[in-house]
Amino acid sequence: MSRNLIFGAALSSLVLLAALISFVWTPYDYAALDIPNKLQPPNAQHWFGTDHFGRDMFSMIMVGARTSIAVALVAVGIGMALGVPLGLTAAARKGSWLDEVIMRGNDLVFAFPSLVIAILITAVFGAGAINAIIAIGIFNIPVFARITRGAALPLWEREFILAARVSGKGAARISAEHILPNVANLLIVQGTIQFSLGILAEAGLSYVGLGAQPPTPSWGRMLADAQTMVSFAPHLALIPGLAIIVTVLGLNLLGDGLRDWLDPRIRVARA
Amino acid sequence: MLRYALKRLMSLLISLAVASVVIFAVIEVAPGDPASFMLGVNAQEDTLAALRAELGLDVSKVQRYFNWVGGMLVGDFGTSYTYRTPVSQMIADRLWVSLPLALYALTLSTLIAFPAGIYAAARRGKPGDLTVMGATQLGIAVPNFWFAMMLVLIFAINLRWFNAGGFAGWENGLWAGVHSLTLPAIALALPQAAILARVMRSSLLDVLGEDFMRTARAKGLSRRQALWRHGVRNALIPVLTIIGLQFSFLLAGSIIIEQVFYLPGLGRLVFQAISARDLIVVESVVMLLVFAVITVNFLVDLAYAAVDPRLRSRT
Amino acid sequence: MSLLQIENLSLTIHGADILKRVSLSIASGQIVAVTGESGSGKSMTALAVMQLLPNGADAAGAIQLEGKDLLNVPEAEMCALRGASIGMVFQEPMTALNPVKTIGDQVMETILIHKAMPRAQAQERAQEVLTRVGLPPDRFPLSRYPHELSGGQRQRVVIAMAIALRPKLLIADEPTTALDVTTQAQILELLKGLVTEYGMGLLMITHDLAVVADIADRIVVMRYGEVVESGATVDLMRNMQHPYTRMLFAASGHQVTLPASPAPSPLLEVRHVVRDYRLPRKRLFDTPGHHRAVNDVTFTLNRGERLGLVGESGCGKSTLTRSILGIDDVQAGEIRLDGEPVFSGHKPNPAVRRKMQVVFQDPYGSFNPRHRVFRLITEPFHLLEKPPTGSERQDRIAEMLTAVGLSPDDADKYIHEFSGGQRQRIAIARALMIRPDLILFDEAVSALDVSVRAQILDLLAELCATYDLTYLFISHDLSVVRTITDRVMVMQAGKIVEQGETEQVFSYPQHPYTRTLIEAAPILPDIGVTIENTLN
Repeated sequence: MSRNLIFGAALSSLVLLAALISFVWTPYDYAALDIPNKLQPPNAQHWFGTDHFGRDMFSMIMVGARTSIAVALVAVGIGMALGVPLGLTAAARKGSWLDEVIMRGNDLVFAFPSLVIAILITAVFGAGAINAIIAIGIFNIPVFARITRGAALPLWEREFILAARVSGKGAARISAEHILPNVANLLIVQGTIQFSLGILAEAGLSYVGLGAQPPTPSWGRMLADAQTMVSFAPHLALIPGLAIIVTVLGLNLLGDGLRDWLDPRIRVARA
Repeated sequence: MLRYALKRLMSLLISLAVASVVIFAVIEVAPGDPASFMLGVNAQEDTLAALRAELGLDVSKVQRYFNWVGGMLVGDFGTSYTYRTPVSQMIADRLWVSLPLALYALTLSTLIAFPAGIYAAARRGKPGDLTVMGATQLGIAVPNFWFAMMLVLIFAINLRWFNAGGFAGWENGLWAGVHSLTLPAIALALPQAAILARVMRSSLLDVLGEDFMRTARAKGLSRRQALWRHGVRNALIPVLTIIGLQFSFLLAGSIIIEQVFYLPGLGRLVFQAISARDLIVVESVVMLLVFAVITVNFLVDLAYAAVDPRLRSRT
Repeated sequence: MSLLQIENLSLTIHGADILKRVSLSIASGQIVAVTGESGSGKSMTALAVMQLLPNGADAAGAIQLEGKDLLNVPEAEMCALRGASIGMVFQEPMTALNPVKTIGDQVMETILIHKAMPRAQAQERAQEVLTRVGLPPDRFPLSRYPHELSGGQRQRVVIAMAIALRPKLLIADEPTTALDVTTQAQILELLKGLVTEYGMGLLMITHDLAVVADIADRIVVMRYGEVVESGATVDLMRNMQHPYTRMLFAASGHQVTLPASPAPSPLLEVRHVVRDYRLPRKRLFDTPGHHRAVNDVTFTLNRGERLGLVGESGCGKSTLTRSILGIDDVQAGEIRLDGEPVFSGHKPNPAVRRKMQVVFQDPYGSFNPRHRVFRLITEPFHLLEKPPTGSERQDRIAEMLTAVGLSPDDADKYIHEFSGGQRQRIAIARALMIRPDLILFDEAVSALDVSVRAQILDLLAELCATYDLTYLFISHDLSVVRTITDRVMVMQAGKIVEQGETEQVFSYPQHPYTRTLIEAAPILPDIGVTIENTLN
């Protein structure tokens, strides 16, 4: 196992753990106001300091992790659940009108950055975490569709697939039995990458007010609140930013590590 | 070549048409009547009807769609519900901030990423490579708006080299405009440069493993000569795709970055429009962004053909 | 003095021994062929001379080029030698050229990088060399891109690049392996001519002993990184010392005896089959053109008969195979197996499919790496309405693995635990699993080393006796088809141009194309050894 994998897994599980623990315990109530103790820098009582309402930053970061992870995870789920079957279908019917429609549709979705989708949705239905999930999720669909199709196409030319066809197996069965297991590694790696991009996107959407709404804490909105106070209370901006960086870095390292770890085995299996 | 360009152009037009239908349909789903929203709940029925006629809302949906698209084709984006001014004018003003910002950032990102990626690939596995890779790993993880806040903290608030926000305006000279866009452009560019450098590196490494690189070495080219003469141009093909994709990220990203620097760009416009439920503005700005993305991808397709002769001679 | 003198060259890559004390020499105007099976280190020997070894390589010994030890030459000086004093030609012409540069630029680059002459003169020289290798500028202008040329033409460009500065030594690493037999003959002829004309030394790496016998002045036989035997071609072939050399020659010309086939009764009937591919549109609103890959093919394969199908790449033999297997539908004509059509409507007919199986070329790509052997070889059971279960299934797995020379215990292993030859045995076991009436062998022994190939051919002959096989054996390799089939068909540009008894067709070819093919194929001289008598 590589250093990337260990380090990435450690950082990611740290964040995940913080999010899970926040359901049962936080040092303070994340919503409790304590005006006399506002804007404290990090200290023994408040490890990450307090914000302009005296709320405990550490507790807010823990609960914010929950929001980030939930949004990104569900968005990846949406992308995989819809994108992978689309990609498998397009590859199985390569060159047909179905393939053409799926791939053109993908190109079209790619023309709508997730922020633009979020703007559209918010304009129509109002802001909220659900809308952020949908916006990021929609953008993930073509990502997974493309990567699945791209990996599946050369497999369809491989002789073991021809052998399966000669054995009378249909496209759906071959996709499930032979194609999917052989692209799974790639999807896991891409999944972690999209997960980390989802964290970033959620933070961005919350920052401009299109994501999770108060009182749900979110890292992006904590940064938006901090903006006017950054000159005299830089920890308000530093800490949520570092939380995002640690999470995204951890997931990216995990993705890289997984790729290196899973790949040689495929190579060994082929060699 | 012409055939290829025409084919791409066709698909550009189809994409634009479908995108416009999608955007129009989504906005149509929005509840509420803009006219009554603008005039308040106590408005008279006949004033409402007059306003609806003025805004072009009194015809069928299909008719409205074609009016909207037809108008855009001749530069008429309709009238803002809130400001009662032509949307095209509002967009044009803001575009002079957002578009230069995105292009500035794209240039910076490419200028940083190409040398970094090539440098890392040429020194694969050595300390130079590891340093660049470590830096890009970090660069990808940094949210650009947070990075922007840090830049403001350091270079505007502490060092006072730049203004913390606002836009000097092009009427005060090119330098003033560029100066006020520099921090935002850096904030946008660095995370994208990190991604681009990684793509450049891995694409180049793929090319370095190709047979024709060995052929080049067998001809007597040194490692470096082979890299520059045969590697880089072949490696550009996947990199161009990413540059195309990045443009859409940069446009979207600039919407967020404008918030950090209080820049009067499209982002500001669209957020004001959302809070004012000025849907015609939202609709037009979104269409414009999508148009930009699709057009850039079209240009990338043309660039492919310039780089890769195999595309020129095929369909 | 010899031009190139390799003395006790040893090579390790990341600590693994690749070459052990290799010695050989080449004189000007001489062709030395280094031969051996995969893993023998023959290509690494060539790359060591070029000093283009992979990372982690560590060489010891000496490689003297006109008295200069290349192992001690600094990289800058080596760059000056490569392309100018030593030229190299590679195996894969399809990927050896930079796709985004014109052939003129690439040939001129050899000249310009060594600053041998000014640009205008370099261009003249490039035209001259391209003309010499058979690509005259009136038909192949310098502005052509590699993708506009065929494989053989690209190999000519690679040769032109290698000889543009008239190097003293030319290294050719399997230069014709990726080419068709008629193209191979032309390229070999070209190389021979260049050696005589320029007085170059040619170091030729090839696994093909027939090519070696045809072209080389001296032969070096390698195995596991060591030279086992070397000598002048004529002497060595007359008097082989090492058993491995004898085995190699015997395996290359290996013959099998097939059991007699029964009285003819039609099994597979192919009638007027046409198979078109759509070409991409030339213009935007054109009707797309068609490429007729299979053009009015008609033949009958009788039960118990072993039929061969030979032809060069692109002749349509693979397309025909796919149609017979029911993977692609035909545009016209009909394919019947045992009286029933392969396609009923435009759907493959399951009743026919269960009577057919296939063995492919690539022993590495033929199996899903994630499944175990028992699952891999029982995949054809999917065709049966009532596939055997329980102990019956286990017995069948064990029987088939034993029949192909493996152990029943191998059923629980993964495919990566087997060698190429073993995998091809597993592929045959999979094909036999449902006792099909017909098996298609699609280049089934083409990717194997000669010694392994001989074993698989023996296995096939054996299975013919045990299971009364009927098969269609598709191959580009004439010598293999000659020994493993009763009848043969020759295919060219989508048409069957000749068919008949195998011996008859090979001895008395009627069609001019068949004659060209047979003449182009290099022949291994009969040296009177067989595998059976190599081990005495």
